[in-house]
Parts: sequence; C-alpha cells; structure tokens
Amino acid sequence: MTAATTRAYRREADPAAQPWTGPKRPYDLVKEFVVALVVVSILTVILAALFSSPDDKQLTLAEWAKAAPNDFVATAATELDGTSGSATYGAPYTHDKSAAQKIGPLAPQNWPGVTIPIDSAQDFVVRPLQGAAVGSNLQAALKQWSAASADQQQKWAAAYDTALAAVPDTDPAKIATGDYGPVPVMMTQLLALAQSGGLDGALLAQGRFYQTDYTKPLLFLADGTYLEDLARAQHLGGDQWGMMNETGNYPGQAWLWLYTFWYQVKPFSTSGNGDALVWSVMALLTVVFVLVPFIPGVRSIPKLIPIHRLIWRNYYRDVEGRGA
Amino acid sequence: MTSVPASPGDTPAAQEETGGWTGWVRRRALRSFPPEQLLPDKQPIYVASWIYVFGVATIAAFIVVLATGGILALRGPAWWHGSSVGHYVNSLHLWSVEIFMAFMVIHLWGKFFMAAWRGKRALTWITGAVSFLASIGTAFTGYLTQQNLASQWVSTQAKDGLNSVGIGAYFNVLDFGQMLMWHIVLLPLGVGILVVAHVLLVRRHGVVPPFPPKDTPSRDATVAEGSVQA
Amino acid sequence: MRLALALMSPINLNHPGRYVHWGVIQISVANLVLILIMVAVFAAAILLPFPGTRRRK
Repeated sequence: MTAATTRAYRREADPAAQPWTGPKRPYDLVKEFVVALVVVSILTVILAALFSSPDDKQLTLAEWAKAAPNDFVATAATELDGTSGSATYGAPYTHDKSAAQKIGPLAPQNWPGVTIPIDSAQDFVVRPLQGAAVGSNLQAALKQWSAASADQQQKWAAAYDTALAAVPDTDPAKIATGDYGPVPVMMTQLLALAQSGGLDGALLAQGRFYQTDYTKPLLFLADGTYLEDLARAQHLGGDQWGMMNETGNYPGQAWLWLYTFWYQVKPFSTSGNGDALVWSVMALLTVVFVLVPFIPGVRSIPKLIPIHRLIWRNYYRDVEGRGA
Repeated sequence: MTSVPASPGDTPAAQEETGGWTGWVRRRALRSFPPEQLLPDKQPIYVASWIYVFGVATIAAFIVVLATGGILALRGPAWWHGSSVGHYVNSLHLWSVEIFMAFMVIHLWGKFFMAAWRGKRALTWITGAVSFLASIGTAFTGYLTQQNLASQWVSTQAKDGLNSVGIGAYFNVLDFGQMLMWHIVLLPLGVGILVVAHVLLVRRHGVVPPFPPKDTPSRDATVAEGSVQA
Repeated sequence: MRLALALMSPINLNHPGRYVHWGVIQISVANLVLILIMVAVFAAAILLPFPGTRRRK
C-alpha cells in the first residue's frame, strides 16, 4: 500500500475523519467574530467600571522596618549568621546541595547549580552598611567586623541571633548581655538605614545605576514574617488555597484550583519536598490533559456522560427520526 | 491550478513548477486551505448550538486583552498606580483576562464533551490544551509585574515551586524586567501562534461531526487499529 | 484625589474577602460566584435554542 492509500483507508474506516457530505446551513463566521468582539468589549467596559481592579500598596523595606522593627532586626540577624530562609535555601541561591527538595532520589533543584548567587551576610547586611557608613560608630563597628576571622564573625552573629530569639517578641532592646562584638551596632544601624528608605535603594541598586531585578530586596522581605502576615490576612497563604485568591473580594485565579488543591492535603502539606512533589503531580496531569485523545478511559468519558446528545439534539432528532 | 501565461516551449509539467519557493508556498497553502475552506460561509447542519460561539468569543477576548495591554504599554508599567485613567485601563485588562479565561474554559468543557479530537483532530485538541497552559503562564507573569503587594507575595511564593524543579534558576520570578518581557513579548506571541495554528486546524479538518446516531450500526468493529476515536 | 476617584467604583471590592469553608475546601465568594456563573453559562449555551434550528416533523 502506498502512504496515500493507507491514509485513505484509515480515513474511510474512521467516519469522523471524512469530509462532511450531509446538509449544510449558512453560517457567517466574520459576522460572528465582529459580534463577539463588540459583546466582549462592552462586557469588559461594564465590569471594569463596576468593579475596578485591586491595587494593594507595595511594601517597602522602610515600611516593614517601621511597622515591625523587631521582626526586621530578627530577620537581619538570621541573614548575618546564615540561618535565614535565603541563606539556607540551596540552589539557585547558595551552594548547599543538601538543602534541595527531592522527588524520590532526584533533586532537580540542584541540576542548574547556583545561577543567582546570594551571600546573605554580605548582600543584606554588610554591603548596605558599608555603603551608608557615615557615623563614626558604624565605621568602627564595620572595621571590627571586617578585621575579624570568618569564625569569629559567625560566633558573634550566631550568639546574637540565639539570644535575640530567646527574647519575647524578639525586641533587641531586651537582649541579654553577651559577647556579640559589633553586631548590635550593625543591627541598630541597619534598622535605621531601612527606616530611612536607604536600604530599599541600596538592596536594589547593588552599586549600579539602572536596575530591573528585585531579587535581593524581595528575598530579604520574604525572609521576614511581616509580608507573610499581610498576605495571610488576605487568605493568600499556600495552605489557605491562596494561589487561587486575590486581595479583597476580587475573583482570583480560579483556574489554579487543582494546582493549589494539593498543597491543602497530605503528604504535600506536611512534606519538606512539597513543592517538588506538587510540581511532579501537576506535570503528569498536564501531560494527561494535553494527550487526552490518546488516553483510554479518559477519552471515553464524553460517551459515558452524553452531554453531546443535548448539544446535537436537533441533528439526532432529524436523523434518528428518519430511521424509525 | 494557478494560471500562468504559457511561454513557447513550456510543457504543462513545467508550468506546475514555476515560481520557485514562493510558488511552492502558494501552491501548498492553496492546497491545504482553499479559500472556500479557509473562510466558508456555510457549516454542516449540526453546527447549531450556542456552545459553538465560545471559541470565537475566546479569541475576541484575547484581542481585547492585547489591546488593553497595549494601552498600558503606552505609558509604562507604573502608570496605573497614580492615574485614574491608567487604573481604569488596568481594570479593563484584568476583566478582559477574566472573560478570556472563563470563555476558554467553557469552550474546553464543550469540546471535551463533544470528544472533538475524533476524526484525526488530536492536534487540534493538543494545540488548544497548550494554548490554555500558555495563557495561564501569561496571566501568571502579568500578576508578577503589577508592582504591588500581590506581585511581591506571588513572586516570593512562586519561586519555591519553580526552584524546586530547577526552572527558577533560569526563570527568575523576582526579576521584574525579565518577567515583564516574558509577559508582553514572548508569551503573548506564543499564545498567538498557537491560536492561529489551532484555528487553521479547525478549518482544515472541519468541525467534528456528532457521534454516530443511535439507529446506525456501530462502526467500531470496522475501525482500523491505531485510528484515534473515543 | 485622582486615585480616590479611580477607586470610587459603584461596587467596592476592596473590603476583606468573604470565604466559604467546606471540609478541606476553602473558596472565596468571588471565585465561587464566578465558577457558578460559568457553569450556568455552559448549561445555557447547551440548552438555549440556536437561531435557524427549525423543528421538523
């Protein structure tokens, strides 16, 4: 058989593949499109005028530092001693391979390596302070810090972080006395820098003039709890079906229902590999969705739930009536 | 067959081959999509239900999304925060997207229950499904580039999912510049190309016919192995 | 002032969201309404007569 004959044979065997030879009716596609465009435009204009759109104000580091200074300092302390979320994240930010999420034996998080390097102590604390060191107080503290060995720096930072965590409400003013070196001065000065708005600029600019990459300010913000508290108040948390939601009473992203569903149930909700596991499940379901025509069972559902009998009821009434 | 003035010495076979690459493209295009098939003014008798309008309604909504996005682009991504006109245009963009997604899903429900992939139409389903996924991606990058509290939260959350499978190393949701360019250039282009392919496939294969009526003998037994049908 | 005008839409959706809980499911009223409207539109699209379909005896 030639290829053309095989194709013709297959087409003949599959009635749905044959060109329609039955009756036709006039159908103005261009008019249909124009009417659809007008209807959708009017609907959009009306909905936009009635409901507007949400625009919850962006959170600056300055606002965070002013509204929740204790949370800010506690976060800065974890950046300095390398225990923050960003510092312990692994790829693509840091080199800790053991931090990666796993899917069984696989850790695809590690495969690209560190493409967005973050040094939390330098990026979030030391460098911004160096850029803003005008007071003799801070200059002396920074001098003491850079003159010390890495071990000594870690000792001071860890001691401060641990002591601060023990204070109710992590209020730095109430911290127990201890050997923290220059860290208390650095923390106070970083807080002041943040509250003045200088840290927003410093973290974003990174010494450059033009900038469009907000990685560092966003990572720092997300390492704290203030942003999360604001989000959770609006039901945007991961375990609140947050992916589907929008601020206020606006409809959100209803199409993400299945993606966010997995985060509400075990094992995904309690696993340290939750994100990787959900992605794997969704990747599989996505393949199933795209390849529905080839999947036995799934592709038979339309036959089992005969909504098509309603859609084509006129056609069936005409054709089946004739046979009776 | 296109009419080419015969030159002395031209055989009929030689006339078929004229026009070089251009001629070849033209002949291929006309063979795949004769004008009456590309823009028919008739449809089979069974194309008679309101469910059939949701494909074109989705396309219409897509055009409104592109147009409102284009107006936002005129004044840049920060315009809508400080201007009431800009805020209204942003609202137009948001609601046209909600309409776009709603109509697309209704169209998907209809096409699923019609098993519209039958009769060698699997690729039509596939291009539609991938368009849906690409649209979700486009909407996602849109949320990332609003430059408000929602963007800050969505980006810092979404990074975890993407990082966990290695994608985040190259697709950095915290990088506003990168996300904006994906949102206004790459993804709309991708969705547009997919939609064009999808519609051309519908024109090529015709609207899927109904399942065989009840009083005709089942054709399943005579179907050759390997053909795709429900 | 201009920003205030922008938000003076007749229906202000910027109040705290209302949510419906049912077991593990938690859905905003806004999303629920949207989904119900979509289902209603789907049903209507299938059931409403389409112009040009004549009943033939």
